[in-house]
Amino acid sequence: MNFKLKIWRQKNSKDKGRFVDYTIENVADDTSFLEMLDILNEKLIANNEDPVAFDHDCREGICGTCSLHINGRPHGPKPKVTACQLFMRTFRDGEQITIEPWRAKSFPVIRDLITDRGAFERIIQAGGFISASTGSAPDGNAIPIPKADAEWAMDAAACIGCGACVAACKNASAMLFVSAKVAHLGKLPQGKVEAKKRVLNMIAQMDKEGFGSCTNTYACEAECPKGISVANIAYLNREFLKAGLS
Amino acid sequence: MALDSKIPSGPIEKKWYNHKFNLKLVNPSNRRKYHIIVVGTGLAGGAAAATLGEMGYNVTAFCYQDSARRAHSIAAQGGINAAKNYRNDGDSVYRLFYDTVKGGDYRAREANVYRLAELSNNIIDQCVAQGVPFAREYGGYLDNRSFGGAQVSRTFYARGQTGQQLLLGAYSSLSRQVAEGTVTVHGRHEMLDVVIIDGKSRGVIVRDMVTGEIKSFAADAVVLATGGYGNVYYLSTNAKGCNTTAIWRAHKKGAFFGNPCFVQIHPTCIPVSGEHQSKLTLMSESLRNDGRVWVPVKKGDTRKPKDIPEAERDYYLERRYPSFGNLVPRDVASRAAKQVCDEGRGVGTSKMAVYLDFADAIKRQGKARIEEKYGNLFDMYQEITDENPYELPMRIYPAIHYTMGGLWVDYNLMTTIPGLFAGGEANFSDHGANRLGASALMQGLADGYFVLPSTVSGYLGSTELKKVTTDAPEFKVAEKEVKDRITKLLSVKGKYSVDHYHKKLGKIMWDYVGMSRNEAGLKSAITEIRALREDFWKNVRVLGEGEELNQSLEKAGRVADFLELGELLASDALNRRESCGGHFREESQTEDNEAKRDDENYSYVSAWEYKGDGVEPELHKEELTFEHCKPSQRSYK
Amino acid sequence: MGWLFRFLSSSIGQKFISGLTGLFLISFLLVHLAGNLQLLNTDVEAAKTSFNAYSHFMSTNPIIRILEIGLVLGFALHIFYGLKLYFANKAARPVAYATRDANANSKWTSRSMFLSGSIILAFLILHLLNFFVKARFGGEEDMYTLVVEAFKLPYYSIFYVIAMILLGLHLNHGFQSAFQTFGLLGKKYASVIKGAGVAVAVIIPLLYAIIPLYFLLGIGGK
Repeated sequence: MNFKLKIWRQKNSKDKGRFVDYTIENVADDTSFLEMLDILNEKLIANNEDPVAFDHDCREGICGTCSLHINGRPHGPKPKVTACQLFMRTFRDGEQITIEPWRAKSFPVIRDLITDRGAFERIIQAGGFISASTGSAPDGNAIPIPKADAEWAMDAAACIGCGACVAACKNASAMLFVSAKVAHLGKLPQGKVEAKKRVLNMIAQMDKEGFGSCTNTYACEAECPKGISVANIAYLNREFLKAGLS
Repeated sequence: MALDSKIPSGPIEKKWYNHKFNLKLVNPSNRRKYHIIVVGTGLAGGAAAATLGEMGYNVTAFCYQDSARRAHSIAAQGGINAAKNYRNDGDSVYRLFYDTVKGGDYRAREANVYRLAELSNNIIDQCVAQGVPFAREYGGYLDNRSFGGAQVSRTFYARGQTGQQLLLGAYSSLSRQVAEGTVTVHGRHEMLDVVIIDGKSRGVIVRDMVTGEIKSFAADAVVLATGGYGNVYYLSTNAKGCNTTAIWRAHKKGAFFGNPCFVQIHPTCIPVSGEHQSKLTLMSESLRNDGRVWVPVKKGDTRKPKDIPEAERDYYLERRYPSFGNLVPRDVASRAAKQVCDEGRGVGTSKMAVYLDFADAIKRQGKARIEEKYGNLFDMYQEITDENPYELPMRIYPAIHYTMGGLWVDYNLMTTIPGLFAGGEANFSDHGANRLGASALMQGLADGYFVLPSTVSGYLGSTELKKVTTDAPEFKVAEKEVKDRITKLLSVKGKYSVDHYHKKLGKIMWDYVGMSRNEAGLKSAITEIRALREDFWKNVRVLGEGEELNQSLEKAGRVADFLELGELLASDALNRRESCGGHFREESQTEDNEAKRDDENYSYVSAWEYKGDGVEPELHKEELTFEHCKPSQRSYK
Repeated sequence: MGWLFRFLSSSIGQKFISGLTGLFLISFLLVHLAGNLQLLNTDVEAAKTSFNAYSHFMSTNPIIRILEIGLVLGFALHIFYGLKLYFANKAARPVAYATRDANANSKWTSRSMFLSGSIILAFLILHLLNFFVKARFGGEEDMYTLVVEAFKLPYYSIFYVIAMILLGLHLNHGFQSAFQTFGLLGKKYASVIKGAGVAVAVIIPLLYAIIPLYFLLGIGGK
């Protein structure tokens, strides 16, 4: 398969950046999107041109490192997959593919397609944990947890922190990410103790980082590679209102 | 230098208990005066940094990923073992200990493994308290599944994402300590050297991967938890960034390397499809609970799987190992797959694959139940291969997955450099020659939450440490070495990319030092690696500058280290003229092609000492003694 | 009061006010609609008498005057927080995407609350100038004639109908969105609330829009 690529190139955070066009030929249809970029980079290196910098690591859809905005959508056109699990057979032969970094004030571009998602770190540090120091735990079966709660917590905990929700949202809101963490911990009895403090602090940090607010377009849910539900955002709102107004 | 494993005396079930009492302590109010560096933030590193921070130490942690949460522990799917015996099926600490020593083919230290089995229960408790959403039964209690190499159900799991959930638990504890101010985490920083002052490990040199700045950090103790070196094979189930640089640099500074040739090849991975392939994807071993492995009886059978009648299928694991069947340990299953493919009975276009068939399980349990258990894995398989595993059997083949070898450590997880510790996959310790499924997460967390916090404290409490700053000449020298190496990589300006060399190295390793090894092959591997290494330094092309984000430069430094490690790995494999666990020497097999251990000559840990570039490394042997698990030929028949 | 300040300065707090005032304004729409529906009375004289009496009551009754303050406040807060959040959200993405396939992941109506809200606001201002100001401050007694004559003007009625369509779109997203913001769009009731939202979004604007069309098309008011 052949493709025309339009890729965002930016030397560093201070550079203005621009799109550069490339072409790539003879790509096997079972090549992953990132492998296609590997092939492009090999070609660029052979021509003494700087390869395209892009974030990636596990390449099996779980680390949440890859973060490409492909043809107008985070992680590309296929639902519920990360860019590393997107295969070239998804595209038409000869198709033009535009590749951009995540765009958000809170995710500044570091180089080419790589952004700094440190804002997520600081949100977790603000309260995305249960204060259980090593050694203080009772037996694992001491507190039974209803299966439905454990399942909800697990659904929410599946978030890989890639930032596709922010990238997809027209407001660059991080509510789906924050809600997934709040719901994961809040649904478990162990997490209820600190629930109020957690939600207030995490939301305060989220606002401080400059993310937009949620206007319930649900683009985040549609683009989330792990299918995190916006029911978590309703849960987060409820927890926040309970904590903020009581 | 003589190896001292510092195994405590006394009965095995009292060793850790007594040892903890004998270790020196640091007064809580003095702890913040000690600075500890932790490199790597996966299960071992993340848990150690968080726990040391909770204790009050001043901790600095580094990871090459942009976030500590992305360390490759995150990709572990199946589960974590613990001897809780919640299933009342006869499990115990002793049985987990016994299974692990046996599973490791009697090449692990009994005392370490016993401690691991003991701590397994505390890990589950700790993780539940942190909010890890383990699978539960309707009564609200924890659920278990069974795994290869064990006849009890002792594996705790969080769907197919157990590693992710455990890592998020450690990461959240770490984040809490960052907020408390006890831990500082530097993401996108890569460790490029350790600094030794007065014979003790006193700091590290790191490169800020965003600005390219080379920075020094001084400390009282350094913990390396930087994972395994499976990427020396280029294609593996490891993340692309996984590398050996941290432990290899430590090795070159004096830390002995233990059992480098013990590499685990996982039997259930998606087969290689072409030249462009950049990594291999694992399908959790838990699939073998319900899937049946088979190949056609006839060679070169090109019929579709559904057209091959039952009588013409060879369910070779069930045939050869009737008691464990499809649940034999990983090394046995991998080797058996290679054997049938070498016989020309492989399936798929490459003929380097075997079937993992769920048709019977779906018939027996219904599609819904299978979907509930493995839905996400089936989806992933379909994404990658474009084939529906509910209808067609999966095609699987073994792939490099885990490295049992690593830095040699004593019972305290301290390397041969005082003050330099190694935890998790980075050390060689607990799995012997083969790791059982769901034991990597257990070991990483045991090291991180429980062992290192005690032993690092013990070291600090019992060692006189003079004050050291990064102005010390040793730091300046190490910084200069690091910078010179970067300059050298950038100034070669040769013809070939770094990946070109990495792929070539991978091919040599897989062909000669893969699932089946022999003397001639290993010798050629060594010659070829040396030639490749020489060529690399003459002809590699690394574009860009050192003082910027430069992914080619990062890769170049890592591949340069793999090119050295690869040779040691092959040398170790050559030295060990026996088959044990993941290491199969063709010269040492039984009549029915099973691995044949040689306890008389090889019941030891190989600990290699670096003697300088171009100089043969020196082999030190730590003899293994077995008081509880009497070595026997492993049989899963 | 520190807690209230903190609440109102948080993004969720502001959305909460926005949603709450939105629902309050829906109640006003219902009351206003009830009054307007009198215009559809086929007995022109009776319609005129009842509508003018209603207008007179609404513009002079002291209790209504007090409630009016609440209404103004409701509009003001809804508009103020709407604008504040809109501009804050704009600022959250200073560099736009070159390509964006938004329709693939969300509905146009959900993304266009600022646009629909702005047009409704423009309509509201015109509407206030045409009718409210005259009744409330101009001492106009025959509101029936004033309204009916206005509705007979095509440009006015068409703008009215367009504004109602946008109101429908605004309500379609706004109603369920408010419940989501209150945290009430749980897994159980989501479909009920979304259904109610669609009903509100269709029925209210439709009934409003029928009235000018009734006069424009010459069916009534003869």
